[in-house]
Amino acid sequence: MTTESGAGARGKPIRPRWGVIAIWVSLLGLLGVLGFGLMRSQQGPIGVGARVPDFSLTTFEGETIDLAGLRGNVVVINFWASWCKPCEQEAAELEQAWREYREQGVVFLGVNYVDTEPEALAYLERFGVTYPNGPDLGTRISQAFRMRGVPETYVVDGQGILAAVKIGPYESLAEIEAAVRQALGE
Amino acid sequence: MRRAAILSGLSLFFVLGLLLAAPASAQEGEPTDDQVNAIAKQLYCPVCENIPLDVCPTQACVQWRETIRQMLADGRSEEEIRQHFVEQYGVRVLATPPASGLNWLVYVIPPLAFFGGAFILFRALRAWRHPAAAEAPAGTVNNDDPYVARLEEELRRRD
Repeated sequence: MTTESGAGARGKPIRPRWGVIAIWVSLLGLLGVLGFGLMRSQQGPIGVGARVPDFSLTTFEGETIDLAGLRGNVVVINFWASWCKPCEQEAAELEQAWREYREQGVVFLGVNYVDTEPEALAYLERFGVTYPNGPDLGTRISQAFRMRGVPETYVVDGQGILAAVKIGPYESLAEIEAAVRQALGE
Repeated sequence: MRRAAILSGLSLFFVLGLLLAAPASAQEGEPTDDQVNAIAKQLYCPVCENIPLDVCPTQACVQWRETIRQMLADGRSEEEIRQHFVEQYGVRVLATPPASGLNWLVYVIPPLAFFGGAFILFRALRAWRHPAAAEAPAGTVNNDDPYVARLEEELRRRD
């Protein structure tokens, strides 16, 4: 025996349930957005071998430096803050390394993360830092690098590719020198 | 005598003026902790996630509160101070994100979910209270259905 079932068996046309479809589409869309956000937040910092995002840094002195304009130079990008105690551990060594390598065209850039200008300037003076430093306005640079905290240092080769990354402070001048030499291809 | 009375009146006026001006100048010169915290509680430092700036104990937050205090002392308005922090540290420092971009979802989804849930609950409760009415309203039984007719015939025979 065969039987028909459902509304169609009683002569009623089966109408698409647009409300239910809309709710499911909205829920799936929302899950997609949440999943994308979660994936981005779990990605971690950019890795060695990846192309470094371009950015523009306006220094405390008002000079604007574009990373794209530094192609051909090795660039050391150090994220720091005046309230960050581990940053103090490497501040003098970074300055020393810059003085050592600037003749070879190595550029050091300090990106001041979530800080206040008077304290940041006092910090630079305290450690005698003279290479260009500027605030990370709107935390745009740190977000582009998917930075997790300070200090973090990214060493970029002449082609704009990340050659070395250091999460946390450098332990010694020799460690900074090794990272710069790697980027220089020595 | 008359001159003395005028001098005393002027002195009294001067002293009263000083007394009234003193609290006002103190108020303008040094913002109170309450004034600072009223703005700080609307902000979140990106370093200390989920801790409002007014109760955050880190050095970074102490510096931020000092910045607010300084800006208030300089006569900057609450909105100007908030705007300064957004320009410096990004829109994520705001406790209440502006309804733009994907942020509007934050404002739309909770009420939609609430009213959607209330509607589903209402329909479910109605179906539980009147199951027959909800599933097969009176007068809609199709007596021409051969299956129903056969079923009724079987039931009659059993009686």
